[in-house]
Amino acid sequence: MASTAKTVEAVISAAWGKPQSWTLDSYRSRGGYDGLKRALSMEPAAIIDEVKKSNLRGRGGAGFPTGMKWSFVPKDSPKPKYLAVNGDESEPGTFKDRYILENDPHMMLEGIAIASYALGVHTCYVYLRGEFKFQAERTQAAIDEAYKAGIFGKSLMGKEGFALDCFLVRGAGAYICGEETALLESLEGKKGWPRLKPPFPAVVGLFGCPTVVNNVETLASVPPILAKGADWYAKLGTDKSGGTHLVCLSGSVNRPGVYEVGMHTTILELIHDDKYGQGMPKGRKVKAVIPGGSSAPVLGADELDVALEFEALKMKQTMAGSGGVIVMDDATCMVRSLWRVARFYAEESCGQCTPCREGTPWQTRLLRKIEEGRAEMSDIDMLSNVASSIAPYPPIGLGNTICALGDAAALPTHSFLMRFRDEFEAHVREHRCPYGDHPWGSFGDWS
Amino acid sequence: MAEPLFTPEEQKKFDAGIAEILSHYPSDRKSAGMLPALRLLQDLKGWLPPDGLRLVAKSLEVTPERAYEVASFYVMYHLKKPGKYVIDVCTNLSCSLWGAEKMLAYLEQKLGLTAGETNDKFTLRETECLASCGTAPCLQINEDHHERLTQAKLDAILARLS
Repeated sequence: MASTAKTVEAVISAAWGKPQSWTLDSYRSRGGYDGLKRALSMEPAAIIDEVKKSNLRGRGGAGFPTGMKWSFVPKDSPKPKYLAVNGDESEPGTFKDRYILENDPHMMLEGIAIASYALGVHTCYVYLRGEFKFQAERTQAAIDEAYKAGIFGKSLMGKEGFALDCFLVRGAGAYICGEETALLESLEGKKGWPRLKPPFPAVVGLFGCPTVVNNVETLASVPPILAKGADWYAKLGTDKSGGTHLVCLSGSVNRPGVYEVGMHTTILELIHDDKYGQGMPKGRKVKAVIPGGSSAPVLGADELDVALEFEALKMKQTMAGSGGVIVMDDATCMVRSLWRVARFYAEESCGQCTPCREGTPWQTRLLRKIEEGRAEMSDIDMLSNVASSIAPYPPIGLGNTICALGDAAALPTHSFLMRFRDEFEAHVREHRCPYGDHPWGSFGDWS
Repeated sequence: MAEPLFTPEEQKKFDAGIAEILSHYPSDRKSAGMLPALRLLQDLKGWLPPDGLRLVAKSLEVTPERAYEVASFYVMYHLKKPGKYVIDVCTNLSCSLWGAEKMLAYLEQKLGLTAGETNDKFTLRETECLASCGTAPCLQINEDHHERLTQAKLDAILARLS
C-alpha cells in the first residue's frame, strides 16, 4: 500500500539518525533542557498537574497514567524518595527503549531531572538490562556530560539547594527484573523476586522508601510536555491517552523496525503502509498478530483494523502493552510459535509462586508434545487447564501469582487456543506438524 | 599454597571498583552493590570463581551464600568458567521467523557444539529475547550484539575470533 496513513509528528524519534544525536551539544541545539528550565520555574505540584493534564500514560506495559503515579508519592514522608528508571526492556517483540538510549539519551535524562524535581527526589537509579552493553555505554557517557554541564550534581541545572545524583545500574539477564518490584529487589542487590503489593513502590519502594518507577520512553516523553505544554501533547493523542508512542514491528514484514505512531494508527497501517512495515514478504498473507509484546493475546487476520492504543486494544480483549507488534504469516505454525513464547516464560519464571514455576514448564512440555505429533486430544485440554491454573481467562485482576508474569505466560496460551484451536487439533490428528519441516526464515537469508 | 585470586594489578582495579560502587548507595546499604560488584569480578576474571564470590560478599558485608544466591539467579553471571567466546543465540519468536533456528543449527554444526555446551574456545547457548526483534536474527558474543545476520556475515564474524 502506498502511504495513506496520517502523518504523525515525531516527538520522541525526531533526532534519530542525525549526526551525533546522542550528545549534549546536539540535544541543546534542538531546545534540549528547555523543559527542565521551565519546570524549575514552577511549583513541583504544578509540574505534576501538567503531566496529569497531558494524559501521558506509562509506556512500559501497563499504561498507567504517569501524573497519577507521581501523585501517589507521600509529600510529608521523612524518608528520602527515589526515582528508578525501568530500562529492563525484555518482553519479546519489544525493542524501542534501546533506540532512545542509543540515539537520544539526554531526552530521558531531562525527563529524570524534571520528575526528580517534581517529586523531591535526590537520587535516581537507571536500571538497564544486562545485555544492553552498548546502550549502557551511551547512557553513561550522557550522564557524565550532564554532570559536567552542571545539570546533575550539587545543584540541579543551577537550582541552588537541589542536588540530584543519577547512577546507572546494569542488570544481569533476568526478564522478571522489568517487573517494578523485582527491579527494586535487584537494585537492592538481590535476586529479582517480585514483592507483594500493596504496599506499592510509591509508598514503600527502594530501601523501604517512597519510589517512583518509570519506563525509559515514559520519562523521555516528559520534556516535550514541559517545553510545549500539556495541551499540545494531549491533543496529539486520544481523550484518554496523550501524545505519540513508539511501536516495535517485527516478524513477517518487509521492513521491521521502531516507528513513532499516533494513538489512531492501526495495525493494518503499521504492517502495510510505506512509512512503516511496507507489507508482507512476497506471497505471504497475515495470519496473526501479537499487538503488545509476547504476553498480549494474539489477534487473527480479521481483527487488525484496530488502533494501536490502550483502549482500542482492550476492546479486543488484548493489550497495547509494551508496543511490541509481532506479525505471523500464513506459513507460520501457531503451535510452534506458542511453544517459542511459552519456553520464554518458563525460562524467565523467577520460581517464587508454584502455579508459575510449575505451570510454565508444563505448558512448554505439552506444546512440544503437540508440535512433535505425540499428543492426544486430551493434551490440548490439559494445556488449557494448566494455563487456567496459572491465570484464569478472562482475567479478573491478577491470576494466581504475586506478579503479572503468570498472566503473561497464560494469556498467550488462552488466546492461541481460542483463535487457532483447529491447528492444535490438526497436529494431534495427523500425528505431525502440518507445516512439516516448518519454513521459518524462508523470507530471510536462512532458507 | 593456592594461587592468589588476583594479580596486584587486578586487586587494585577490584578495590577501586568496589569503592566506586559503594559510593552510589546509602552507607547502610552496602549489599545493594551486589550486581555491579559481581560484574566487576567477572570483568576481571572472566567468570565468578568461588574465592571471588567470597571476596565480593566480604566487601559488601553479606554472607557468601547471599552472593551465590544472586550470582546463580541471573544468566549473565558465569559460575563455571566459560569458553573464551560466549555465543548467545536468540531463538524467540521474532528471531525464529527470520531463521534463528536454522542459524543455531548452522552454528552447532560449524562449532561442533550443541547449545548449552562449552569447549576451550566457545560456549554456545540458546538465549531469550535480546531486544533485537526488528533486526533479527541476532546473537551476542561476549555481550556484543550482532544483528541482521546472514550466513556470510556470521562466517565473517566467526573468522575474526582467534
